[in-house]
Amino acid sequence: MEINMSDTMKTVSIARKIQRPTSRQFIDLLFDDFIEFHGDRYYGDDGAIVGGIASFEGQPVTVIGIQKGHTLDENVACNFGQPNPEGYRKALRLMKQAEKFHRPVITLVNTAGAYCGIGAEERGQGEAIARNLMEMSRLRTPIISIFLGEGGSGGALALAVADTVWMLEHGMYSVLSPEGFASILWRDSSRVEEAAELMKMTADHLLKNHVIDRKFTESPNGLEKDMPYTTDQIRAALEQTLPELMQLPTDELLQKRYERFRQYGEFTE
Amino acid sequence: MNLFGKKNYISLNQRTGTSVLEKHMKSKEPSIPDGMWIKCNTCKNIIYKKEVTKYKLCPSCDAHFRMSPAERIAITCDKQTFEEFDAAMDPGNPMGYPDYDKIIETTREKAKGREGVVTGRCKIKGVDTVIAIMDSHFMMGSMGSVVGEKITRAVEYATEHKLPIVIFTTSGGARMQEGIISLMQMAKVSEALARHDDAGLLYITVLTDPTTGGVTASFAMLGDIILAEPKALIGFAGQRVIQGTIHEKLPEGFQRAEFQQEHGFVDRIVHREKLRDELGKILQMHCAASSEKRAV
Repeated sequence: MEINMSDTMKTVSIARKIQRPTSRQFIDLLFDDFIEFHGDRYYGDDGAIVGGIASFEGQPVTVIGIQKGHTLDENVACNFGQPNPEGYRKALRLMKQAEKFHRPVITLVNTAGAYCGIGAEERGQGEAIARNLMEMSRLRTPIISIFLGEGGSGGALALAVADTVWMLEHGMYSVLSPEGFASILWRDSSRVEEAAELMKMTADHLLKNHVIDRKFTESPNGLEKDMPYTTDQIRAALEQTLPELMQLPTDELLQKRYERFRQYGEFTE
Repeated sequence: MNLFGKKNYISLNQRTGTSVLEKHMKSKEPSIPDGMWIKCNTCKNIIYKKEVTKYKLCPSCDAHFRMSPAERIAITCDKQTFEEFDAAMDPGNPMGYPDYDKIIETTREKAKGREGVVTGRCKIKGVDTVIAIMDSHFMMGSMGSVVGEKITRAVEYATEHKLPIVIFTTSGGARMQEGIISLMQMAKVSEALARHDDAGLLYITVLTDPTTGGVTASFAMLGDIILAEPKALIGFAGQRVIQGTIHEKLPEGFQRAEFQQEHGFVDRIVHREKLRDELGKILQMHCAASSEKRAV
């Protein structure tokens, strides 16, 4: 079935698989004693964002993930992993809480994008994402972002202004979907594969562009039963990186985070 | 086009009371010189170009037409005070998008601008300020490396020189041709603004038609004070995308400036003819306060 697919399109289709392991599954495998906290304190609780505190090898951490479901019911509950503004505001609330108690923040990103609907616009989707970008850039505690599957545009970036950004092998991160790219720029939605290739949205390309810092290998099909293989690598990386980031003086940490995002752009003058 | 037969659709100059149309009807010359008449996309009236003042408003329905950065500078900055930053910056091609350089070249000819934003410093009603003006005529004001870098530098300059910054936004969002690097510009500009904010400095955004996508979801919505021009389209997702997601008709006035003010995301809607005065007053109030603070 997938014989004629390019490698990029294979990655895209694996990243989007309904059986793809979710944030909650990774949280269960990576952390102990996860205690979930709900709500943004302004409007409601967004099922697309799961967050709370947990313990990683004895270190308290704040974990925030974008949740997709495996079944239709689950997906209705989490809006297919497409957060509304209250989801981004819940995430920010938990990050500010982490800052207060100097806990590191670990975000798990897996979304086709922020939800596009009337309510989302009425409640300020743009403002919610913008606020997260600005506040994360100056959050006085370490932030690590891990892309588990889809990384769709601003809706993914709103949880990924981090000190270091990691990605699973079958993850992706792009400014819009390859379908959107083909239909907007070429007015030809059949050119999806070409668009996906051009957009350089897979882990290897993103490593070259320094958009991500690390890639975790996965089994070829990227499914649940192979999770331990991947989580072992993530655990090892966290064991190494968390203490390093925690030891850095906060001003130095923030300066490095600033420089990490300041470098992006290709231009001549 | 049967212009002269459709008297009802052609606006007369209500301000001066003279009818340009009548003059034309009396003249025996049947041809209309190119570019003399334009159609207002809002009220659909045909209007005589010379009736449109430097504020670029529809003389018939008061619609605020889109402006170029030069036109915006002319109605905003004190005369002869604008000094441009980073005028000569060219985008690279981070994704290797086919013929990107040619696209840029032809856009430059059409848009009569070099990129999607003009930045610099100026005085507004005597107050020194940094200013950035996006250009919807240049690839829909899309934000790529150059737009992101110029705005970031302008913000950093303002922080360094303890100046306020005013950004006029108009954009379709990220420059898709630059792929993920265009997305990263949102974080880059936002972090620079965080430092400007930490320094206790004033940031004003003026949202003009249209402000959408990645620009809304970054610096447009981060102003201490957010002004908007009447009826400007302001939102995150495009209307077609929302319609495709929810399969419902969008309500009247959805995502317009008035809608955003009603929902609490815009401080004030300001008519373009009053914008310079209002900006001046806001800047004066803040700059007096901040110089006092510094003196303490």
